[in-house]
Amino acid sequence: MFSTLAEVLRHGLKNRSFVIGGTISLLFFLIAFLSYFWTPYPVEDINIAEKLLIPGAKYLLGTDHFGRDILSMLIQGARNSVIVAFVAIGIGIGCGVPLGLMAAAKKGWIDELIMRFNDLTFAFPALISAIMITAILGPGSVNSIIAIGIFNVPVFARVARGAALSIWKREFILAARSAGKGPFRISVEHILPNISSMLIVQATIQFALGILAEAGLSYLGLGTQPPMPSWGKMLNEAQTFMHFAPQLAIYPGLAIALTVMGLNLFGDGLRDVLDPKLRRGR
Amino acid sequence: MRQPLVKIEGVYKDYQLPKKYLFQKAPVFRALHGINLELHQGTSFGIVGESGCGKSTLARIVMALDEPTSGTVFFDGQDLFNMPAGELRHMRRNFQMVFQDPYGSLNPRKNVMGIVAEPLDTLKEKFSFAQKKERVGKILSEVGLNATDIDKFPHEFSGGQRQRIAIARALITRPSLIVADESVSALDVSVQAQVLNLMMDLQEKYNLTYMFISHDLSVVEYITDQVAVIYMGQIVEQGTTKTLFQRPLHPYTQTLLLAVPDVNPLNKKRKNKPVISKFEKTDESCPFLDRCNKATKSCVNNAPELLENEGQLVACFNA
Amino acid sequence: MTLLQVQDLCVTLNTAHGPQEVISHINFSMDAGEKLGIVGESGCGKSITALALMSLLPLDSQTKGKIILGGQDILKLDSRKICSIRGNRIGMIFQEPMTALNPVKQIGAQISESIYLHLKLNRKQTLERVTELMDKVGLPVSRFGLNLYPHQLSGGQRQRVMIAMAIACNPDILIADEPTTALDVTVQEQILDLIRELADSSGMALIMISHDLGVIAQTTQSVMVMYTGNSVEMGSTVDVFQNMLHPYTYGLFSAIPHVGSSALPGRKRLSSIPGQVPELHLRPEGCNFVDRCSRASKMCKAKKPMATRVSDHHQVWCYHPLSREDKR
Repeated sequence: MFSTLAEVLRHGLKNRSFVIGGTISLLFFLIAFLSYFWTPYPVEDINIAEKLLIPGAKYLLGTDHFGRDILSMLIQGARNSVIVAFVAIGIGIGCGVPLGLMAAAKKGWIDELIMRFNDLTFAFPALISAIMITAILGPGSVNSIIAIGIFNVPVFARVARGAALSIWKREFILAARSAGKGPFRISVEHILPNISSMLIVQATIQFALGILAEAGLSYLGLGTQPPMPSWGKMLNEAQTFMHFAPQLAIYPGLAIALTVMGLNLFGDGLRDVLDPKLRRGR
Repeated sequence: MRQPLVKIEGVYKDYQLPKKYLFQKAPVFRALHGINLELHQGTSFGIVGESGCGKSTLARIVMALDEPTSGTVFFDGQDLFNMPAGELRHMRRNFQMVFQDPYGSLNPRKNVMGIVAEPLDTLKEKFSFAQKKERVGKILSEVGLNATDIDKFPHEFSGGQRQRIAIARALITRPSLIVADESVSALDVSVQAQVLNLMMDLQEKYNLTYMFISHDLSVVEYITDQVAVIYMGQIVEQGTTKTLFQRPLHPYTQTLLLAVPDVNPLNKKRKNKPVISKFEKTDESCPFLDRCNKATKSCVNNAPELLENEGQLVACFNA
Repeated sequence: MTLLQVQDLCVTLNTAHGPQEVISHINFSMDAGEKLGIVGESGCGKSITALALMSLLPLDSQTKGKIILGGQDILKLDSRKICSIRGNRIGMIFQEPMTALNPVKQIGAQISESIYLHLKLNRKQTLERVTELMDKVGLPVSRFGLNLYPHQLSGGQRQRVMIAMAIACNPDILIADEPTTALDVTVQEQILDLIRELADSSGMALIMISHDLGVIAQTTQSVMVMYTGNSVEMGSTVDVFQNMLHPYTYGLFSAIPHVGSSALPGRKRLSSIPGQVPELHLRPEGCNFVDRCSRASKMCKAKKPMATRVSDHHQVWCYHPLSREDKR
């Protein structure tokens, strides 16, 4: 796998979407990581005296209505978004991929059952259902992770199943069966590595969606709770100040938009790199 | 007479076709009609037929990758379809398959070591990694590759080399039977010759038995001792390769042989004449009725059985 | 009358290893009604040559040389003029009929596409022509409706549809790139007969590309053998097949099992050409065949051989062509 990582980078650097999207995404992750060690100012510091300052030397992006440094809040908000989206994907992959693989391997009634379960979950509009779940379970990061994660499961199950079905038809699977391998071992040793590229690309898409979902939930007050800053919450709080301090809304809004766009671009570029490369290797 | 290594007995295979209407019984497509064959140790048996005749289905049934609708396959006297799953899994070391597509039959994400050593995982004996590596290295040199290729991936090899890897994988458990399903059809001519020579050498060395499935008559003539011609799921002619190719008795076999373009540009005379069928085909007729220029009235109502005719088995009233 | 002249054709493609010359210095000519075969294994450039004739090479490729059709060099034409030649004066049929036909379009529509493009007939005339073509290729409309889709036909039938599309505008040249490789041998016989008949009856020239020496022997009058992008032997089919001069041609011939071989005493091993075709970026200096040839000498390693004309209808590119004794 290591050689393929180097190859992916080599081909990726030739692809515009990959480079631009990758740079933005990398920046985003670095900022999120940075927040563990340092922010210009601690975000808990409420300094009413210095509220609603415009960007200047002391506070690079200005302050909000509580005197908190906007830049620091954005930085910590990035960390928050990463964690929520990441764990949500983890749930999606951890539950969804095995379900999808099992459906493809066993076919028959197991396949039907899993797919109907999928359809059931898809039938509920994701964001609204996430709102409902957090409203029932109570607001907070953990519950929003669960709510978003639940809706990642059918997505990954469907992608995994579809990709797995086409791999099952390949001749090297017949060869593995002739060697006496059972469907479980085949799913893990043969199918999974060959669908990994599709799963990775889907993961980047779901990651971007997860950030959006987290922002939406926080905007409504159902997601991350204070004092942890969240881009969505910042947007919500900025509403009342739109007229005379629009920057309070613009900064988190831009952050969300840029990050999501960067991730989507990266996902596009990654798909271009992974799929034809693997096919060209034939 | 010694027991045959493989005995295919009365194998029928039906497939269900999609229903036309919701409440109709699903129509059935009969891919194999009562196949009976015996393969003896150390020989090459050719299965010849055009696409859709059922030869690949037969290959999968012999390899126990598919179940026959009725009938069974005996390997070394044991009924493959009447044994517990665990025992079948262990029996698999004795028969392996080489597939047609050198690009599809190897997992692109595994290296040569992973691919060739795979059949060792299901054997009763457990091997250490070092033991596996040694065995793989030995097999690789037997098939004409380098032991250093062990870490490479399929996309680094050409079609002919990949087929060698596939052969190495088939040999690693020291099987007695190898089913070669169109194994050289996708290869270039010069590479095909190399792989065929390799297969013949290996057969001599290890007393292998081959079931060689192909649509390419010249290849089959070259590599096999016995051959069966299949048309629409039935054996229409069977015999030793030499006699069958020199004196084909069934009209279908004759058609096939005449259709192969001659490499001599001055030899333009032999050709199949277009057939205008005089009779209507029914479910009871001979399957070849609509393409046969020797058909008579008796071919309409009765399907001929495979009967002995001067040392060959032929299913034809007018052979 | 010379219909087509290919002069010093070289094509360079962009590969993972940078730009590589895929075919080099290809020269051949064809008269009206002539049947030329191009034979070689995968990677020899025969399909690229066909695509070059149709101007269907990828956009980032470079082509040098001349392809003179009816007096004009088609490599110098602008894209509009090229489109008027494709399908109209040169038609092409491909190897895989299923992927070469649009799976979601009816066959009648696909055949009439090129009629509409080039002949500009009205609907009624187009329909008549399509019906005529279907009859010509052995798919009478009484049994094969024009509203059928490709997946409803067998492989041989789809190939016939492709032939109908290729000859719809009565082209001067028909290029057939491995037209029967994916077909059963009995269907192959029928398709080859059909192609031959159509070429004979309409005076169309035929370029038959195949790796199958039997197909070439039975359908062509002249042949060009290609190896890794170069011509290695060229001449009338009879001359070349009866007196193979290039070690590669002879190697190819000896590597094929021939029907009837079981009648010969003993089981001879197929003589295979040792080694394998060199990859594009690893082609040697000098003759491309040098690493696999038992007759290679220092001269062969140093410089690529020029054409040696052995007779009116036979040329070979080799410093040590085979003689009759070598082939015994």
